[in-house]
Amino acid sequence: MSKHTAAEGLFSGRLNQTSLKNNFSDLHPPLDGHEAAVAADRCYFCYDAPCVNACPTDIDIPLFIRQISTGMPVASAKTILDQNILGGMCARVCPTETLCEEACVREKAEGKPVQIGLLQRYATDVVMEADNHPFDRAPSTNKRVAVIGAGPAGLAAAHRLAMLGNDVVIFESKEKPGGLNEFGIAAYKSTNDFAQKEVAWLLKIGGIKINNDKLLGRDFSLSGLTDEYDAVFIGVGLGNVRSLDIDGESLRNVQDAVDFISSLRQEKDLSKLEVGSNVVVIGGGMTAIDAAVQSKLLGALDVTVVYRRSMEEMPASRYEQELAKSKGVKFIYNAKPVQITGDEQITNIKFQVNQNGDEFTLPADHLLKAIGQIMDELPAELSLQNKKIKVDKNFKTDAANIWAGGDCTCIGEDLTVTAVAQGRDAAINIHASLSGEI
Amino acid sequence: MADLTSNFCGIKSPNPFWLASAPPTDKEYNVRRAFEAGWGGVVWKTLGVEGPPIVNVNGPRYGAIWGADRRLIGLNNIELITDRPLDVNLREMRQIKKDFPDRALVASVMVPCEEMYWKDIIPQIAETGVDGFELNFGCPHGMSERGMGSAVGQVPEYIEMVTRWCKESTELPVIVKLTPNITNIIYPATAAKNGGADAVSLINTISSIVSVDLESMAPNPTIDGKGTAGGYCGPAVKPIALNMVAQIARTDVTAGLPISGIGGVTTWRDAAEFMALGAGNVQVCTAAMTYGFNIINEMTSGLSSWMDDNGYTSVDQLVGKAVPNVTDWQYLNLNYITKARIDQEKCIGCGRCYAACEDTSHQAITMSEDRVFDVKDDECVACNLCVNTCPVDDCITMVQIQPGQLDERTGQVVSKEYGNWTEHPNNPSKVAAE
Repeated sequence: MSKHTAAEGLFSGRLNQTSLKNNFSDLHPPLDGHEAAVAADRCYFCYDAPCVNACPTDIDIPLFIRQISTGMPVASAKTILDQNILGGMCARVCPTETLCEEACVREKAEGKPVQIGLLQRYATDVVMEADNHPFDRAPSTNKRVAVIGAGPAGLAAAHRLAMLGNDVVIFESKEKPGGLNEFGIAAYKSTNDFAQKEVAWLLKIGGIKINNDKLLGRDFSLSGLTDEYDAVFIGVGLGNVRSLDIDGESLRNVQDAVDFISSLRQEKDLSKLEVGSNVVVIGGGMTAIDAAVQSKLLGALDVTVVYRRSMEEMPASRYEQELAKSKGVKFIYNAKPVQITGDEQITNIKFQVNQNGDEFTLPADHLLKAIGQIMDELPAELSLQNKKIKVDKNFKTDAANIWAGGDCTCIGEDLTVTAVAQGRDAAINIHASLSGEI
Repeated sequence: MADLTSNFCGIKSPNPFWLASAPPTDKEYNVRRAFEAGWGGVVWKTLGVEGPPIVNVNGPRYGAIWGADRRLIGLNNIELITDRPLDVNLREMRQIKKDFPDRALVASVMVPCEEMYWKDIIPQIAETGVDGFELNFGCPHGMSERGMGSAVGQVPEYIEMVTRWCKESTELPVIVKLTPNITNIIYPATAAKNGGADAVSLINTISSIVSVDLESMAPNPTIDGKGTAGGYCGPAVKPIALNMVAQIARTDVTAGLPISGIGGVTTWRDAAEFMALGAGNVQVCTAAMTYGFNIINEMTSGLSSWMDDNGYTSVDQLVGKAVPNVTDWQYLNLNYITKARIDQEKCIGCGRCYAACEDTSHQAITMSEDRVFDVKDDECVACNLCVNTCPVDDCITMVQIQPGQLDERTGQVVSKEYGNWTEHPNNPSKVAAE
């Protein structure tokens, strides 16, 4: 039964299928060949290019763009994937506006950077669509490495390890691989089941086995892995979320934004997904933005993001904030939640303004909490730093034969592209260590 | 992975991309960076006689033309040969050859047109361990005023004479670099061959004025209010170079003479085109000067990928592959008939095809009130101008009228026979079919 966008409470089917399909189509439609040629022509092939320095995976951006210009998208994709095996996903989800495209000299000159993300997608799509995997495995090293977590860090580590000749077994806690590429990230950034397609393509390297539904601590132990394997890589991400610790948090329709996004990503029929009419999102990162925008796109009447600091301090980029505003999301800055009220289910939430302590109340039939993810409890043998796994510059933990990468480590931003870089570099160090090179 | 290794008239290099004799190859520092970036070889900037060093201008020495987005299309220069002492160059060349033994190192040479100069300098340079020589008979500015460079290259007898002197002075391969500032490239190429040259390289730069500053009323680059003709190079000269390379490759008297292709090579594709027309390798300058040495990575990866995709396993298989398909106008098949076809789905309605055809061609395109453009087959001569002016890829294409079908323009049924001008009834000197 369809519900009006103004109907109070959590309901599915606020919008018809056509509207939902439009709302959740590709955020940035891919470039066609001519558009890619024109976009590529704008690249100056800068020396020691700022865009490369801004890319956590150090992709040779001027080279891959030049290869598009010269009609060689496959060679271009190889340049990208050499450095970033999840270059297809990163082309979709990277906050390019704060990375390569922010650094582009044409951003400085004209406020219009070269469309690096879209060009990267153009090249990688050609290779993915042709189902061409341009890498071969080195001769076997007879070494076996266990990887915990099939998210961006684990997949990048597994691919590099397999390419270098090692055999890899991945242990994934969920029912399918992909990590946040599959369960996080707004749906309109990764359409057509791209995350699963990319994993299938990545596995073509060979030598990687994925065991799904295997949770660390429940189904296997770290010491068991170190006994059985030559090395272990941990890429478990951040499995837990922060709580608000205020009254009313246990009322119905108060939800973690990551769960909301995950169920949205896994739902084939978006008209079955429930969303409130007055949605309040608390937080200021990408998860908050993704949850807010998608609530709106599902048919919520009123969506407000409330962030405890100023607009300038918001971790989500200005570009993402503008995107949300263009979809009708409202923003309130410098206010923190103090009390959730309602009878069984949430009806209102009270905030306090930072500067003067004034209070205001927003009606809310759906509250999404996005105030940060934190580590699950970890095996005692790992030492922590800033509540995350402590690693050195080679992503080696304090424990023997154990490396870690991605969001669960104490270094680097929590981005897909950073996780890929860390997984890759950890794999290179693991390989060097196992082969006695270091 | 295709094998890019190259053996050009006995000079081996890991890929067929050499840097041409020019500013990028003037010093050990530059050449070292080039080799570290991956270039297969360099032709060292032209060496001259020992003595007081060459003096260059101290005002601007380059001029350029650009596209609207400052993409460099053509460059000209008035720089002379190396202005560093001969012994410094020779010492650096020896060091480079020692440090990069697998790369090609060729010495470009230009000395006055007297036997003793050539016979003196060639053995001196050979001692550095260079792999060969390139005789600079091409430079069209400055040195040519002193009887060197293109002043030699424009006189076939001089080319032959100097080449012979050099061949008498060394066992190493001698490449003769040709100037395009002539009327027929076959004459200088033949002279080089007769003199014993192992190969020719072309083109050197084209004598040019790139632009005039309308405020100072002087050519660019302007030195204290005056300008002079400079050598033109870059993407703009490629068609001229391709034609000259093809002429040498397909003319009986010069066919088989190894050719080093030069002139606007910017991408792997340019290189492949030169090689298809008979060049054994290519030399690059302007692209490196515009974008830096790292463009070599695009060139090698692109050529290698393309060769893989098209079944070529070595560069030699590509060399000359298009030469049999370069012919004289008189042998083109006059019974091959095409008509323009406009893809209405792709057409954006700009009307450039209409303007081109209606104003400057054969009035073979119609325009409706609602801006639909169509081809009139009874007027279309298949000139291709609409294809070339259309801003949309593949919107207008040329489609062959099959033999047996009617050509509405001539009212004739298209013949399936090949028929060229030499046999055409309108040709007063036609050769009767035997």
